[in-house]
Amino acid sequence: MSEQPMTQQSSETTAAKPPIMSGVGLKQHYPVKQGFMKPPGLVKALDGVNFTVEAGKTLAVVGESGCGKSTLARLLTMIELPTDGELNFEGKNLLTLDRETRKELRQRIQIIFQNPYGSLNPRKKVGSILEEPLVINGKLTKAERKERALNLLQKVGLKPEHYDRYPHMFSGGQRQRIAIARGLMMNPKVVVADEPVSALDVSVQAQVLNLMMDLQQELDLAYVFISHDLSVVEHIADKVMVMYLGKVVEYGATEDIFTHPQHPYTRALLSSTPRIDPEHRIDKIRLTGELPSPLNPPSGCAFHGRCEFANERCKVETPVLKDQSGESSVACFGIDENRLPYINR
Amino acid sequence: MTMTSETQTTVRVPQTPFAEFWSYFIQNRGALIGLCFIVFIVFLAVFADFVAPHHPHEQFRDFILVPPAWAEGGNAQFWLGTDGVGRDILSRLIHGARLSLLIGLVIVSVSLVLGICLGLVAGFFGGFVDVAIMRFADILLSMPALLLAIAIVAILGPSIVNSGLALSLVYLPHYVRLTRASVLTEINKDYVISSRVAGAGALRLMFIVILPNCLAPLIVQATLGFSNAILDMAALGFLGLGAQPPLPEWGSMLATAREFIQSAWWVVTFPGLIILMTVLAFNLMGDGLRDALDPKLKQ
Repeated sequence: MSEQPMTQQSSETTAAKPPIMSGVGLKQHYPVKQGFMKPPGLVKALDGVNFTVEAGKTLAVVGESGCGKSTLARLLTMIELPTDGELNFEGKNLLTLDRETRKELRQRIQIIFQNPYGSLNPRKKVGSILEEPLVINGKLTKAERKERALNLLQKVGLKPEHYDRYPHMFSGGQRQRIAIARGLMMNPKVVVADEPVSALDVSVQAQVLNLMMDLQQELDLAYVFISHDLSVVEHIADKVMVMYLGKVVEYGATEDIFTHPQHPYTRALLSSTPRIDPEHRIDKIRLTGELPSPLNPPSGCAFHGRCEFANERCKVETPVLKDQSGESSVACFGIDENRLPYINR
Repeated sequence: MTMTSETQTTVRVPQTPFAEFWSYFIQNRGALIGLCFIVFIVFLAVFADFVAPHHPHEQFRDFILVPPAWAEGGNAQFWLGTDGVGRDILSRLIHGARLSLLIGLVIVSVSLVLGICLGLVAGFFGGFVDVAIMRFADILLSMPALLLAIAIVAILGPSIVNSGLALSLVYLPHYVRLTRASVLTEINKDYVISSRVAGAGALRLMFIVILPNCLAPLIVQATLGFSNAILDMAALGFLGLGAQPPLPEWGSMLATAREFIQSAWWVVTFPGLIILMTVLAFNLMGDGLRDALDPKLKQ
């Protein structure tokens, strides 16, 4: 069982770099009580999501609130287990592994939270916050742990004397640096960053992003970067995945997505970001209505109610994510039928 | 002073949580007075053998119901007078402090420790365990505290240990509820989740990660519970269900002095006064602790 994927992996390395982490058909459904005598509803927070993350690269997940971004982050770090699907890490399906191996591999996937004010234990000193993962998992001595903690503090741009301070003595940016350092304590391969900079000042955002990019190069980290801030995504991501109501609607290289968005939803999303360069500016597309309730999703394409190009087919059939040209894929009948006016081929 | 000289720059070293807490606490004069009085009582209790002028059980048959030293007919040998069988009231009060404080401490510790454990389990695991523990706590809460204690003591037999046990059980639900409520607010915070991601087990999450963040209200409740414990213990003693004679316990001292209320005021007044002052001191300190530990009340 353990040998087969290894050989498979090594044969693949010759052709293309294998993804370090991938998900196949990930689903997360939450049953919801709707009241006495009513059948429980099902919230499809994630409904069949496929993704791949390559080592040392950044996959950005974008979408509006409630589209399942954070649920995806919770699945990747196994805070929650998916209802259905496969979650592969280094060629092994994490969900079918035995407890010990899973615990071992889980250390290689870490998470950085959105709010640095809530993600650090207020009663612990920075030193013990950083060393906690090592205390739980490692066999290092106290001195070795401290050395590693100090080493990482320095790496994220903090000073050794910060080791003995409490989180409330730091600013938001410094706290996020501490959170990053904690994420790196176990030498992870994949870091899931759930809106890591959206709680910070714009000036501090840039510092933290640059720090994350430096660390990525230095430590060959793969990021799954969850964000709703597209300008940040454009800055940091290699691949972008656009989600809508628990489904992926478009996936592709950052440059392609930002210069030639295909899905109408991606276009609408991009048009909401201010741009300096007038050539790439898209006229403001105002989406009418709200994100539909995942408890009662519309039939057919989930976006059809807010899409100006929707036709009868969109209301009935559900589009699947299709490979368009090599790396990018999009789930839209409009593209299949070649009836979207902004795409000139 | 040492803080500023260490850094010598304009940057001030941030206060540790304890230093910050202390600076808030000493601003509250009532709390400080309460603390001083408690320290004083604790000192008396610890060194009772050296401080007390007489043995608490020693009966001076020639000096029955002697008034306090300053009153007419008083004797300098007995500052606060003597009781109906000629025992020195001051000595009995000092030795009684030992017993009362010890009882308060034991009752509060037992119910605090048990309450924290049950509350953590209930809040952390939820589901059936939660329902079972909380309904048990509700049942205990639905009965009047003293009545429940009397019932338990009646079953177990009157003694100081049994009444301590009974009172511990009576106070238990307060700590369970308080702990559970704090756990529920903490458990979904990101720092708990990140410890989970790091691989922390249930015990570590409960006691090392979550518990320290739930302690502030518990400390306050424990301090206020201390005074309740002393008061209820005195009540049980008064009813003859707590400390048995000749043990010098404040409540039972009051009870045995009942017959002298009209004739010898000092026998009743001093035990009553010391109970009042100790309870007041604990309540003042508890209020001060709450103010100092509750971040919402800080400017």
